[in-house]
Amino acid sequence: MSLDLMKEKGVPLDRQKFNWRDIVQAPTSKLDDDAFTRVRIILMNGIESEALRFQHACARMNKELQLALAQVRRVEQHQQTMVNWLLPADLSPLETTIGFEQVAIEVTASVAQHEPDPYLAQVFRFGLLEDFDHMYRFSALMDRVGGGDSNNLLQSYTDILPGRPTSVEHRAPEDDLRKPYDRKQAHPITKLNAATIMAGEHQTHDYYMTIGPMFADPLARQLYAEIASIEEQHVTQYESIIDPEETWLEKWLLHEAAEIYNYFSCLTYESNPRVKAIWQRFCDYELGHLHFVLDVFRKHEKRDPAEFLPGSLPEPIEYKSHRDFVRETLAKEVDLRARGSKFIPKEEEKDDSPSVVYREQMNSNGSPSDVVAAGYKWKPGTELADETPDIKRLQKKIA
Amino acid sequence: MKTQATEQEMLLNRTGIMTNPELSAELIQGAKEAEPSPDGDLDDIAAKRAEYVEEALPIGSKPMPVAEGDITGAADAEAEGATDAGQALSLLLDKLGERLAFERQGTRLYEGVIQKCELIGDSEGGPSVADLRHIHDEEMEHFKMLQRVITEMGGDATVQTPSADIVGVLSHGILQVVSDPRTTMAQTLQAMLNAELADNDGWQMLITLATSLGRDDLEEDFEKALESEQEHLENVRGWLETLTLSEAQALPAAEDDAASERREHESRSAKKKSSSSRKKKKK
Repeated sequence: MSLDLMKEKGVPLDRQKFNWRDIVQAPTSKLDDDAFTRVRIILMNGIESEALRFQHACARMNKELQLALAQVRRVEQHQQTMVNWLLPADLSPLETTIGFEQVAIEVTASVAQHEPDPYLAQVFRFGLLEDFDHMYRFSALMDRVGGGDSNNLLQSYTDILPGRPTSVEHRAPEDDLRKPYDRKQAHPITKLNAATIMAGEHQTHDYYMTIGPMFADPLARQLYAEIASIEEQHVTQYESIIDPEETWLEKWLLHEAAEIYNYFSCLTYESNPRVKAIWQRFCDYELGHLHFVLDVFRKHEKRDPAEFLPGSLPEPIEYKSHRDFVRETLAKEVDLRARGSKFIPKEEEKDDSPSVVYREQMNSNGSPSDVVAAGYKWKPGTELADETPDIKRLQKKIA
Repeated sequence: MKTQATEQEMLLNRTGIMTNPELSAELIQGAKEAEPSPDGDLDDIAAKRAEYVEEALPIGSKPMPVAEGDITGAADAEAEGATDAGQALSLLLDKLGERLAFERQGTRLYEGVIQKCELIGDSEGGPSVADLRHIHDEEMEHFKMLQRVITEMGGDATVQTPSADIVGVLSHGILQVVSDPRTTMAQTLQAMLNAELADNDGWQMLITLATSLGRDDLEEDFEKALESEQEHLENVRGWLETLTLSEAQALPAAEDDAASERREHESRSAKKKSSSSRKKKKK
């Protein structure tokens, strides 16, 4: 099943209505819902957050678009609220963090495997191994400070292992910029992939910046400071892969297309019927936004939007465990580093290179991500747990 | 020449209404003169909450046994009035999961208290590192005993049960107080007192529940755990009381003149400061 973006009109903007009761629905269950329901909620909050961020930037630069932007943005605001408020109150900031990193791992893994441009696929794999490491560090924090098991959230879909060590992810700004896709040549899915991962990473950064100071433990505060800095690098990386020559309206349309693509992907995989109905409703709303913006586009730019918009949507993002792909990537590429827009083996990174100098400065008083996970090995039920007979039997069975 | 006060010298609690008396008088006057918008009372809030209570789903489902376990005891309980052996076992696993999560977190909490004690040093009447290490080790033993009990019943000891989730939310504040580098040993013990009170009641409840479900076989282990938790509670309560009283006793019976004068001076400057800032605003 696919969706024809030009034929499907969705719900017209003027029929997209909310009230506070409708916006604030009963939350999902941390314990009973599938981990991928939480993954989708977190990602879609990020996608909507990016819609608002982009539309505000666009409004500041384009007087003539301000009204149209304000009209669409009002709906995006309420969509974001409804989606984000599906997270329950018993999901602590650190538990939500585990969810954010699961998004970064599993969604980026899916995107990396579907990305037709080999260089950009490499960019996604490069970022993936860094977020993979963050999962390990935050899991160690959860275990060692509060006695919690991150797998209660991950539901065994995602590994808890060291990736590219966070302490070596610190790079000079010039080594975080990548080469952009060419707006005229790029495959449509390339544009949707870039928009999706950039949105997810941006929201992750903003979330860590908000919750970091809520922790009392100084190590937790340092860890959030360190990983938020890497998320900022990731936003720098992912926004640099997008062609800056796209016009404002072209970017706006691509944002709307990415929103449709993402709601459609969620819809395809959702197991919770109530949440699925929300994905369906918002997929229809986003189709309405796309057609509203298409009208604006046609007024301002005398060209065919089919030049850059996909006619039908590509294969949806796969909401499933990508363990094999991630492990394979880890085995092959964990030691990559960046020099300018290129990826190099770590042996080629010189001692006086900007990233090494910067990294040494940032880690000159130690790296919190190293401290928190020193000697850490995840076990079912936390590192304090004994290996019970049922776990032994399980391992035997797999072996 | 020193031009700026240090952070230490600037310490003054500014949260009360009397910090800025003149500003506060205006604030109070303004609030008194205003009319509520809209009129109404707390019933409106209750009605709003009721809508959500009516449609609320549970926090999560209780765990079920995953392997061939021993539900004989639960079956006996069924004969005595419980509706269903499976449900009884599920209820027991839920509460066992709660204690397991609490004991595991307790172990980590005491690690934090131990580290703080090592840094601050033993205080008179407070706990020694050895005292705290003793409690820590017992919390860990209880956690591991519960792992064994749950597994032997056919449960999955890694499940976060609904009751475990609830105690996780409840203990969030305890963790925040213990892990905060600014809290004193007395404040830290205040947090641990909360934990130990809840833990004592938790074990008592678990023993009552297990017995009512016919699981007398668990009684010995659980009674032993409760006994050590009672000892933890008494100790923590005692240390907290001693530290609090010794803080009070360390204060001079009557303020010496210098301290009294200094306080008066601070109060006068605060008044002047607030008055001059108001005058500036009026201009």
